[in-house]
Amino acid sequence: MNKFQLEIFEGPLDLLLHLIKKNEVSITDIPIAVITEQYLAMLELMEGLDLDVAGEFLVMAATLVHIKSRMLLPPDESDAGDEEEGGDPRDELMRRLLEYQRFKEAAGELERRDILRRDVFARSPEPPEKAETIGFESVSLFDLISALRAVIERLPKDSAHRVVLDTVSVREKMSLLLQDLHRRGQVVFQELFAAAVSRLEVIVTFLAMLELVKIRAVKISQEEAAGPIVIAPAAPLEEVQEKIAGVMIEDENNGA
Amino acid sequence: MEHDQLKSILESLLFASEEPVTLARFADVLEGAERKEIAAVLADMQAEYDAGGRGFRLSEVAGGFQLRTARENADWVKKLYRDRPARMGRATLETLAIIAYKQPMTRAEIEAIRGVDVDGVVATLLDRRLIRIVARKDVPGRPFLYGTTPEFLQLFNLKDLSQLPTLKEMEEMTLPEPPEDEAPPANNEPVDSEENSDKINTQE
Repeated sequence: MNKFQLEIFEGPLDLLLHLIKKNEVSITDIPIAVITEQYLAMLELMEGLDLDVAGEFLVMAATLVHIKSRMLLPPDESDAGDEEEGGDPRDELMRRLLEYQRFKEAAGELERRDILRRDVFARSPEPPEKAETIGFESVSLFDLISALRAVIERLPKDSAHRVVLDTVSVREKMSLLLQDLHRRGQVVFQELFAAAVSRLEVIVTFLAMLELVKIRAVKISQEEAAGPIVIAPAAPLEEVQEKIAGVMIEDENNGA
Repeated sequence: MEHDQLKSILESLLFASEEPVTLARFADVLEGAERKEIAAVLADMQAEYDAGGRGFRLSEVAGGFQLRTARENADWVKKLYRDRPARMGRATLETLAIIAYKQPMTRAEIEAIRGVDVDGVVATLLDRRLIRIVARKDVPGRPFLYGTTPEFLQLFNLKDLSQLPTLKEMEEMTLPEPPEDEAPPANNEPVDSEENSDKINTQE
């Protein structure tokens, strides 16, 4: 399978905020056992996808496990030399989450301003610059992975041993997906996987979808926080098919 | 110079300019016209465009004045360009927000807040000239300090950094130690307070 290098937009703090929100708990009183368990499950899934899980995620995993173990100790038996003596072991993490959240909100404020060449235009010496970055504007990577997890969990259990002879590459799957999307207009995330019978197939489909987002052939959106994730074409079919032919998928080129 | 003539000239200058024009620059070009006079006419124009029926507005951005299309017409203008808007990913926006509010910042300081490596994002922001290196920090390794640029102000329709929305307090904050220094952003020109002075005199 291709080693897939997805640009990981968000870090461990963002993943934690995502889980905190999803569980409807407070940053100031994190149920550390539950959150740690879910955090580790997400990491496992990301690794399973061969997403390039950055070291920071692992450091945070260790931190969570450490906090969890300290929470289990009765307070009076804590090491006397401990610098956070008597304090809640979650304090430092809470402080970091609150600070990160502040800037996340500030980023949201910036995003809502009248942005030049998006909302307002001025005379300019050259045509507006080409769009550059990938936009998971309204859907976070974590939302996608959560949704993927649900899909995988719903697969028939016995499919693990079925030998799939006609394995489809990510690139081929991209073409198939794209044609399908253009025929149907827009598709709800889960429907993409309706025909998939194996974990491998689900994952190839998922990676193909991410690649399509990356080259801006499709856009992913989510109307409300926990609502359905919708995938729709974002560019004319012919234009995109040329791009697909030119897409660089890591292993195919440098085999590193 | 007569008000109407001045207005007509200013309109032409604004129309022809590709960059925001400062008051000083207007005064330069319009030899003899006083800045106060120019500012008054610009304010008139601003009010006139805002009043409706116009496809552009006079915005104050990055310390100058610039004609910009009305937001409600964005979709039409985009169609004219046949181009998707330049989108900015979350990582880019978050990093930019951190730098904007807490500048100057080193990469390590930004990373400490985001909890993730920011090398790529910082390179992109430098490349798009939304941030720049402003100095080196006087600590071992002398890392670069980054700050925002006039292009940043232009992109987000900001007159200056003091126009950034106020950061939300860390409401849920209950820790004893005070939060990190929240010095106001650089370039934060003090606002002339003379206008408010008449309210203070009532306490005799």
